[in-house]
Amino acid sequence: MESWRKHPLLFWLFLLPPGFWLAAFFLAPLSVVFVLSFGEKSGIIGIEITGTLDNYIRALDPLYLGIIWKSILIAGGATLVCLLLGYPVAFAIAFAPARWKALLLLIVILPFWINVLIRTYSLIAVFRGRGFVNMAYEWLWTRANDLLALAGLGDQNLLGEYFTPLPLLYNNFAVSAGLVYAFLPFMVLPLYANIERMDRSYIEASLDLGAGHLRTFRSVILPLTWQGALSGIIIVFIPALGYFFIPAILGGTDSQMIGNVIERQFKAANDWPFGAALSLLLMYATFGALALRAVLAGRNAEARGGV
Amino acid sequence: MSRSNSSLLAPHSENEARRPPRQHRKLPPGPLDYSRRWWMRLPLFLVFFFLYAPMVVLVAFSFNDSKRNIVWQGFTTDYYVAAFNNTELMEAFINSLTIALMNTVVATLLGTLVAIALWRFRFRGRAAFEGLTALPIVIPEICMGVAMMAFFARIGWPTDLPWPVNLVKITIAHIAFSFPFVAIVVRARLSNFDRALEEASTDLGATQWQNMRYILLPHLKPAVIAGALIAFTLSLDDFVITFFTAGPNTITLPVKIFSMVRFSVTPEVNAASTILILITIVTATLAMWLQGRSLMHPLRSRQTE
Repeated sequence: MESWRKHPLLFWLFLLPPGFWLAAFFLAPLSVVFVLSFGEKSGIIGIEITGTLDNYIRALDPLYLGIIWKSILIAGGATLVCLLLGYPVAFAIAFAPARWKALLLLIVILPFWINVLIRTYSLIAVFRGRGFVNMAYEWLWTRANDLLALAGLGDQNLLGEYFTPLPLLYNNFAVSAGLVYAFLPFMVLPLYANIERMDRSYIEASLDLGAGHLRTFRSVILPLTWQGALSGIIIVFIPALGYFFIPAILGGTDSQMIGNVIERQFKAANDWPFGAALSLLLMYATFGALALRAVLAGRNAEARGGV
Repeated sequence: MSRSNSSLLAPHSENEARRPPRQHRKLPPGPLDYSRRWWMRLPLFLVFFFLYAPMVVLVAFSFNDSKRNIVWQGFTTDYYVAAFNNTELMEAFINSLTIALMNTVVATLLGTLVAIALWRFRFRGRAAFEGLTALPIVIPEICMGVAMMAFFARIGWPTDLPWPVNLVKITIAHIAFSFPFVAIVVRARLSNFDRALEEASTDLGATQWQNMRYILLPHLKPAVIAGALIAFTLSLDDFVITFFTAGPNTITLPVKIFSMVRFSVTPEVNAASTILILITIVTATLAMWLQGRSLMHPLRSRQTE
């Protein structure tokens, strides 16, 4: 690296265009939202910046607190499932033979590139009343009924008189499943990176000393890879709160999440100041989570350095 | 494993001898052979199935000769014909491609510039600037989307511009979120650049410009191409930010698909989706392949070729 003063012309030539873009089309838009969030709606389209904090206080209204809480539950549930599925997948890939590793990673990463809207839409055919899960369930139900009939219990209707499909679509379950589907690759990658870096002799030592695989996971692998898990949780949980189109496509009338409220303020309700305040709160949550991770990672490095 | 070998494993040789000979059996998995344990493989296969089955079904049913996506009725390409004859859908598709191309040119340039600047120069506020370039990747898409919407409304960006100038608004937003991704890819490649090459060429009288043109750029080429493909895919795929920046006359393919999905689920949506999936898979695979190659050590990659 060299001081910029050595080649000032070259330096400005390289730095100015991206710097300008960031300032004009990233920082300026964020500032507009920041200013808007202290404004008030006046008339149908007019907005007056009055410096009021009403928009932030309104986010604490029980109606919105309820939505925020539900969003946290749905996104949190999806994050937990991603974590539970992501660990074994990341682990299996990290420990796979070298010639398989690239292919397995590609299989996990590829969905990340496929349009998330289309992937969400593809779940409708799986979850709906006459979708594939319910068709499999109906088949099992019919077979089970046949078996009962064979056993002479056919007229007892032990499994109910008619087949009733599972309500899998247009509810909170579908939204959670959609979020897992959208975000699973984001969880696997940081976990994989951390597991790959881990010193495997610790696992060998633990197994040699008589710990089982579960105990080894809990006492050795988890403490060594929690940073990857934390990164995964952050890049799944917070974006999941804002993915308004997944509740819009897969959710029911009561599956509104924070993202949907923000979207409605800008697209339908025309209450931009309130929407701006909510989206800033979501952004602060992101910064908070990232700062927390930095602090925890720093403390961890310090503790290790001290030993 | 043959018997002569198993006799070398002294403690087990007695047990081994009593068992029937297992000529073609592999060794049992070692302690760290997690990839060979069924309880490790099962979740892997289940997750892969979960990730791909819905999309395979979606693609398959775009060829299904039935209005409803339930039972397979026979092969047809009618829905592709219908999709191509749907003017609104085609307009959206052409808009998407135009935006993606414009985005690719500018985002690749800006991403490469910022990567080189951060790699080469020491200046005050460098760390802060580096953090700032990562910010568009980090903040939730919806925040960026509403920010763009509010920003363009605030500065009074005209809404009735002729095509393709009316797409510039969306393109500006796409560039802002995609060039940091290009920067990451180029930055990774820069880290294995051999400064000695540059010094040698300077000693031989090359100017700064010639160094850039004949030493640095050829080295960066695979990463720049990978970055360009990534910028293209990100732009073509983007829904959230476009949804907030697009006006009624500037619909892109993902935005169009969103409105179609909300009102009716038809095989035509499947056909349009399949086309988009195909394009993104091809560009993304190419990008990842190039990027993987670009991260190899320059000498090693030359040897394997």
